Amino acid sequence: MTAVNKKNKPKRQGFTFEVLSYHIMLLPGMILLIIFSIIPLFGLLIAFEEYVPAKGILGSKWVGLENFSYMFLIPDTIQVIKNTIIIAVAKIIAGIFIPVIFALLLNEVRNRFYKRLIQTVVYMPYFLSWVILGSVFSTMLSLDGIINNFIQAIGIEPIMFLGSNTWFRPVIVITDVWKNFGYGAIVYLAALTSVDANLYEAAAIDGASRFKQLLHITLPALVPTIVLMTTLSLGNVLNAGFDQIFNLYNPLVYETGDIIDTYVYRMGLVDLQFSLGTAVGLMKSVVSFGLITISYFLANRFAGYKIF
Amino acid sequence: MVRSKSISDHVIDIISYIVVTIMAVSCILPILNTVAISFSDKSAAQAGIVNFWPVDFTLSSYQELLRDDLFFTSFRNSVIRVIVGGLINLVLTVLMAYPLSKSKRYFPQRNMYMWFLVFTMLFNGGLIPTYILINNLHMLDTIWALVLPGAVPVFNVIILMNFFKNLPDELDEAARIDGANPWIIMIRIFIPLAVPSIATVTLFSIVNHWNAFFDGIIYINSSSKIPLQTYIQQLVVEIRDTSMLTPEEILRISEVSSRTFNAAKVFVTMVPVLIVYPFLQKYFVTGLVMGSVKG
Repeated sequence: MTAVNKKNKPKRQGFTFEVLSYHIMLLPGMILLIIFSIIPLFGLLIAFEEYVPAKGILGSKWVGLENFSYMFLIPDTIQVIKNTIIIAVAKIIAGIFIPVIFALLLNEVRNRFYKRLIQTVVYMPYFLSWVILGSVFSTMLSLDGIINNFIQAIGIEPIMFLGSNTWFRPVIVITDVWKNFGYGAIVYLAALTSVDANLYEAAAIDGASRFKQLLHITLPALVPTIVLMTTLSLGNVLNAGFDQIFNLYNPLVYETGDIIDTYVYRMGLVDLQFSLGTAVGLMKSVVSFGLITISYFLANRFAGYKIF
Repeated sequence: MVRSKSISDHVIDIISYIVVTIMAVSCILPILNTVAISFSDKSAAQAGIVNFWPVDFTLSSYQELLRDDLFFTSFRNSVIRVIVGGLINLVLTVLMAYPLSKSKRYFPQRNMYMWFLVFTMLFNGGLIPTYILINNLHMLDTIWALVLPGAVPVFNVIILMNFFKNLPDELDEAARIDGANPWIIMIRIFIPLAVPSIATVTLFSIVNHWNAFFDGIIYINSSSKIPLQTYIQQLVVEIRDTSMLTPEEILRISEVSSRTFNAAKVFVTMVPVLIVYPFLQKYFVTGLVMGSVKG
């Protein structure tokens, strides 16, 4: 390829065929985004109305913030927000801790073929849907499922995991970590490939054991990535994972397992309380939007992270 | 340099091999359990004595599956959805990622579009307003309700855009001097170079379309049009929520349903993803790393 001298670059003028082409390329996608992402924003108006489908969004009665004040009078709402935050925060902590441990240990595995094999296996659950896994886990965790078989074999009474308010949250967090830890480890493994091998050699000459090297070279190399991932996960404090909960919960565990998204679904599309459901959803979106903005700001400030 | 390993070094070795092996095995066992149940005899499965190997091996649940018309109808629906939705995603992702990869110098409005994309990713109307829109567009109970709302996978656009961005500017400039227009440059030069990245994002959207179930629940009413994951979802919930059913319904379900039969359905639903997975795995790690390189 010929190197192009900077001075030979064509001069940019106002609106060229090139710029027009770029706009045209973006047009179909932009139209679809406007229809399906922007127009529904006007639908958020129903959170401030007493929406009746027959009257439409513009014809329904305006009630201001009534839905929002009513929302907090329902005891369920508070419980649901509490459940969401507890589950989401537990998932965030476990979802950073376990992948980091896994990446550190996998980094110690010297056999390349074995390493690749392990990676292939642990990434896989990420690509299976919660419908499938919901079915797999409900079978495994049922009273005559494989888990209870083992529990009974060591002499403990069988546990109804998915019907117990004590066990539901731990099951949710553990199965979530199970599905995602391999995939989550990718960023840490990528960070470890850039560690200078000379560091290990120098440490070995100085007599540092493998454990010392792990502690003083490998782990510090991961710290920036850990900080970044923690910051970015701040935006997920209200995302407890709809697909997973929806496929594993049942009325017995609403008390501990019902989260904002499932609550909005049942309130809005099952009980047809459109306005109230939208109000709860809007509250979640606004808080999440604020959290994500803060987290990006922090990530940008302290880790130089850029969205685009 | 040869150093004799100390005992603690061996301990580290042993611990890492054991722990990563346990973690990897734990990823397979649930799937193995499902496969074992699907090939087991009904009574053994109902008694809960199947672990990771079929008990009284039989193909009867798969024979039963072959007679289940609704399963195949929804399987076909899902295949159509993957093809239509995947194609729409593919075309729109490329068409959006390419112009956005141009610098402000060549495309002055680029950042405006970028902020718009980021906004749509962070803030949306949510479940109910989107449902009302789909209803008003008369798309309920059609495939369009499943493929159009997610027609632009913004995250994929950003991954592919970063890939395009990392290709040398000189490619564009040389072609420009030779008189090629932006469309020719995109189709003849940039797309062929981006095949691995395009394959990654396309495989991602294929898997997403295959795995989606919730839009099928809310937008599709006729049982002949539901996608496979929605079909499986309803099947599983039906069985779990027997408390909410009438005695007649419970009776019907206990007659038609069985653990082995469901395990067979779940496994067959998993198979397409397991087939695509090796291809996906080949690309997605590099795809992700590329996507994370911000320029």
